[in-house]
Amino acid sequence: MELRSYIFRRLLLLIPVLFGVTVFIFGITMLFSPTQRATLYITSPQQMRDLATIIARYGLDRPFWSQYATWIGQVLTGNLGWSNVVSMPVWNAIWHYLPATLELAIVAAPLIILTGIFLGSKAAAHKDRPLDHGTRVIAIVGWSLPTFWLGLILLMIFYGYFRGFLPPGRLSTQMEVVVTSADFIRYTRMNTIDAILNLNGPVLLDALRHIILPVITLSVVNVAFIMRLMRSSMLESLGKGYILTARAKGLSERVVVNKHARRNALIPVITISGYLFAALANGVVITETIFSYKGIGWWAWQSAIRLDIASVLGFALFNAVLFVVVNLVVDVLYTRVDPRVRLGGTVQ
Amino acid sequence: MIRQLVKNPLSLAGIIILLIFVVIAIFAPLIAPTPDGHLNPYMIPHEGYSPIPQPPSEEHIFGTTEGQYDIFYGVIWGTRSAFQVGLVVIGIVVVIGIILGSLAGYFGGIIDEVIMRITDIFLAFPTLILAMAIVSVLGPSLKSVMIALAVVSWPSYARLIRGDILQVREEDYIEASRGIGASSSRVIIRHALPNAIYPTLVMASLDIGAIVLSAAALSFLGLGAPEGYADWGQLTSFARNWIVGPYGEPLKYWYAVTIPGLFILFFVLGWNLLGDAFRDILDPRLARR
Repeated sequence: MELRSYIFRRLLLLIPVLFGVTVFIFGITMLFSPTQRATLYITSPQQMRDLATIIARYGLDRPFWSQYATWIGQVLTGNLGWSNVVSMPVWNAIWHYLPATLELAIVAAPLIILTGIFLGSKAAAHKDRPLDHGTRVIAIVGWSLPTFWLGLILLMIFYGYFRGFLPPGRLSTQMEVVVTSADFIRYTRMNTIDAILNLNGPVLLDALRHIILPVITLSVVNVAFIMRLMRSSMLESLGKGYILTARAKGLSERVVVNKHARRNALIPVITISGYLFAALANGVVITETIFSYKGIGWWAWQSAIRLDIASVLGFALFNAVLFVVVNLVVDVLYTRVDPRVRLGGTVQ
Repeated sequence: MIRQLVKNPLSLAGIIILLIFVVIAIFAPLIAPTPDGHLNPYMIPHEGYSPIPQPPSEEHIFGTTEGQYDIFYGVIWGTRSAFQVGLVVIGIVVVIGIILGSLAGYFGGIIDEVIMRITDIFLAFPTLILAMAIVSVLGPSLKSVMIALAVVSWPSYARLIRGDILQVREEDYIEASRGIGASSSRVIIRHALPNAIYPTLVMASLDIGAIVLSAAALSFLGLGAPEGYADWGQLTSFARNWIVGPYGEPLKYWYAVTIPGLFILFFVLGWNLLGDAFRDILDPRLARR
């Protein structure tokens, strides 16, 4: 099958999933009675008497599908409701807090993938020897670490014991002033990148000092996961016939491992980029909360503990849509990387 | 299989860790007796409301947290809450997974299609984010946390079990029992399930560690157990404001954050050590040659 028609078919398949996701999210809001939902439109206690009028005006007692139609119309035009916690529309809040989170992800993702691949293939090449057992224990412990606890311990050591060396937050107060001043142009609102673009050394240094601990906290669990995956993928690859051929040709063990085995072992690892997206999305909520790093994860947490349902559901919907798209992209890439994956065709 | 597990030092360590936790959970009333007149043993007793954590002493061997909750009592009874959450959630998830997974796998066609599309919808969300949304809608409580974790976890089990059933569906013995006129439910319950799902069930039970970890995270975020409930995640969150000690003694309150976290770590580690060994045993491709 042609790649283009494969992508087209996959895009068609997105429709039922996204429809289901929106019905599910909307269904959750419908768990509340019309009166409860009407209170969202209230701004003063006096209006409590007008609940019936509000219900009638916004049609909060209409049948499910009729209300869904209104709601989905709003969502498609970018209206996800009002975020009480930060007093702005949910959609604006997402855009406001996204750069900080993206910054974390941009630093963490390559670090996670490269470390995981490196350690995983090392472990496989040394199967059943001390290096393998060592990395295995590290991986299992890393995989079992409560992220939130790891963050607190890191803070205790690097913020407490080393007197403010690696502080929480995004920037220290002085640098906050620099960044918000007129001379500093905020191209991306990601502090490290903006500091580089503005050629501002002190801001860059300060931003890096704030981002190191969150990145480590976010990475440990995922490195452990990718490492284990890479190890088993590599072991499978090392058992293949072409490895035997390569060895029989008299190639050095290094070439066999690095060129023949690792390249083929990377294929399954690519497919977990989708997993990595979900892991980071989950991880930033906890990480940003611990480090008071004000990104969308922090905002989502603030919304959740203050029971700001519109924000929490808007955040969940935003993540689901992104996740579905990421998975689509990964699947398409997969067919490019691995010629064995036939696009829905027959086995030849 | 048991012999293989005991021979491997890692899984043996896992078994020992879990046995210790089982003993702690069973004998919690003896290890950390509930004071007289204290009604609910799951609520951690506390003396006064002083916000400053107190270091380990004879009376409170692990010290107290902010609000003077006894850490020792909390982690011991917290073991019980952890097992409760893990067992209840896995129980619900496995039952739903078996029912929907075997329906989808056995009947195929439109039933399969509908059930799989529903799992797609749930799997479209990053799990913790969906769980967080569900908990905040239901209202923060331990019950909401369990419901939320069940809601986000069942689809993967339904899919696994569907796959298992698909594998055995065309086997001769299934055909044979259908041939002699057995009803669909009898074929599924008596023949397909027992031959298909044991590995999946074993792996599912070992996910208790992961479930407890997620529950602890939600509690830590302030979306789980009510204040004062014996729960590791919440005990850890009590330490949030006390990470850094006063000038000159930066690690003064180390016990408040370290101890509850270590309990979570070892509990999850126990399950994961066991799970890792099982994965090797069940995956013949990685078998030792």
